[in-house]
Amino acid sequence: MASFKYESQVRAPLVDGSKDYHQVTEDIVRPIEAPPSRAWWIGFVISVALLLFGVYSIYREVTYGVGQWNLHKTIGWGWDITNFVWWVGIGHAGTLISAILLLFRQGWRTGVNRAAEAMTIFAVMCAGQFPIWHMGRVWMAFFVLPYPNTRGPLWVNFNSPLLWDVFAISTYFTVSLLFWYSGLIPDFATIRDRAKLKWRKLTYGLLAFGWTGSTKHWQRHESLSLVLAGLSTPLVLSVHTVVSFDFATSVVPGWHTTIFPPYFVAGAIFSGFAMVQTLLLVTRKVLALEDYITMEHIEVMNKVIVLTGSIVGIAYLTELFIAWYGQNPYEGYAFMKNRLDLFSPYGWSYWLMMACNVISPQIFWFRKLRRNIVVTFFMSVIVNIGMWFERFVIIVTSIYRDYIPSSWAVYYRPTIWEVGFYLGTFGLFFTCYFLFSKFFPVIAIAEIKHILKKSGESYKKEMGHVEKESADSLFHEVHAAHH
Amino acid sequence: MAVKKFVVGCFNEEEQVFDAVKKARKIGYKLHDVYTPLPVHGLDKAMGLRDTSIHTAGFIYGITGTTIALSCIAWIFTQDWPLNIGGKPHFALPAWIPIMFEFTVLCAAVGMVLTFCYLCQLAPFVRKHHFHPRATDDKMVMVIEVTPKSDESEITGFLNTLKAEDVNTQIAETGWWLGRYDREQKLYSDETVSA
Repeated sequence: MASFKYESQVRAPLVDGSKDYHQVTEDIVRPIEAPPSRAWWIGFVISVALLLFGVYSIYREVTYGVGQWNLHKTIGWGWDITNFVWWVGIGHAGTLISAILLLFRQGWRTGVNRAAEAMTIFAVMCAGQFPIWHMGRVWMAFFVLPYPNTRGPLWVNFNSPLLWDVFAISTYFTVSLLFWYSGLIPDFATIRDRAKLKWRKLTYGLLAFGWTGSTKHWQRHESLSLVLAGLSTPLVLSVHTVVSFDFATSVVPGWHTTIFPPYFVAGAIFSGFAMVQTLLLVTRKVLALEDYITMEHIEVMNKVIVLTGSIVGIAYLTELFIAWYGQNPYEGYAFMKNRLDLFSPYGWSYWLMMACNVISPQIFWFRKLRRNIVVTFFMSVIVNIGMWFERFVIIVTSIYRDYIPSSWAVYYRPTIWEVGFYLGTFGLFFTCYFLFSKFFPVIAIAEIKHILKKSGESYKKEMGHVEKESADSLFHEVHAAHH
Repeated sequence: MAVKKFVVGCFNEEEQVFDAVKKARKIGYKLHDVYTPLPVHGLDKAMGLRDTSIHTAGFIYGITGTTIALSCIAWIFTQDWPLNIGGKPHFALPAWIPIMFEFTVLCAAVGMVLTFCYLCQLAPFVRKHHFHPRATDDKMVMVIEVTPKSDESEITGFLNTLKAEDVNTQIAETGWWLGRYDREQKLYSDETVSA
């Protein structure tokens, strides 16, 4: 393997165990060809039940109106938009892994990118539900699209961040889906070509689009992936920037800050990586993929979590500083009174956010804890709770005390149907993820094969020998030259 | 397209394929294609394939998207329905940047994927001849076309000396047809299909 000698020996292998290309195919396709386990069925049924509860909650909301939720004139955005921002944020880690790390030539992305991209797509699907059903008269949802109409024509407002969001989210979903699917085509062909059952041959034959593995097609495929990664990179940054504009371009104290775009993007990646950890720690165990999603992968992602968590922490502190330094009484009140004051009605949520997002991830400075699966799983859940509260804090604590004290809100708590809608999106997310993990290759087969001879454990051993030998001979040559 | 005769051989290692491609081109055999389960970097160059222009197509789709977004929004907000928003200018370019950017990305991505599928003839119900079932698993499958200038047994001997596995001759359709992978027959008769 002389041609792959440039891979550093200092780095741990990304694929454990001694494997060849065929073994990689076997390992990844095996769960697809085996009947689903009992655990899969239990998880799937629970997810579908949650989804049905969500559908019923939406049915109530559509039938009786937005009054089914505890929103009112002062708190117009409550759980609903909190959940929207939370789900969009989760999606961002998938694109970061699939696109940005591809441009940065990070080999470790290969083990986790397929599942992370799937997570992106399902998370954006969940996110999209919230603004749509929040409209109330959902049958008029198409009014958000600019098209010539008989109402004037009355166009949408292109200067409004809410319309930017329509474009950002729909483009993000479409591009992520195309990127994901173009990567899946060769892997579907792998499953198709080894399928014995008639229905499997038919289904994967349709999904694989007649892929053959021709060199010319691979050349175009590589070029396509690279350009899509190049397009997705600014896209993913723009999406959460635009989401933050929904708040930052308003004149509401607590929202009206220029720090929002980078702060939102960092938070999105932070929560997204936590969700990737939650999903993959279970997936690798259940599907026996520990050789592909290794301790190295988990450790690297924990490093991203401590980094982005600290960026978010600095953003929180900067906001507080500017609120004090700016001497704007309204902004000062929103930050010092409505958030920082633990005994204000929602002060508890601010401190919960601080504890979950800023303080607790600091444990990942310790290598031992970064490499501990139980700690990682626990932390991934904590981070996502914290990030949900971040959005809750931003939305509710900024608006529940208006400019006019007479319109200050009574204590806002969600109705069962508001909670039900949120649980329903969990149902949607996990139903999709369970189907994905059963019928789709959870790891990008062709891409793993691509790094196998550089970063596979057995190949690394061989290379270590080669490298050592050449270093020794170099030493002798230099030594001889000096005498 | 056309039915032709091919000699097929399989390799396990990338190095073997590079070696075989170089030697085959030196002798002057007509390389039909090499089918690999993973992208083998540099193989396209070794085979003498030209670079793909798909990224150029992507650029053109992208700027088309930018132009469409800018011209449509500009026309709507300055000509068709000029809204007075606090007396601000109708031509509010900075506020349009997000949508122009998103639409650029959307057009570039959708256009490129469609172009990719068109160039590689990828679609549901598209069927092609597969020279070896493990070309998508672990074998690098080299396919050499038998032309009037080359001899079938000579090519077979050539592949055998390179230690290729499963060397065999196949007569195959080079184009695609409408079909399903669980059935052998075509969805339509030959007259209705033209590649």
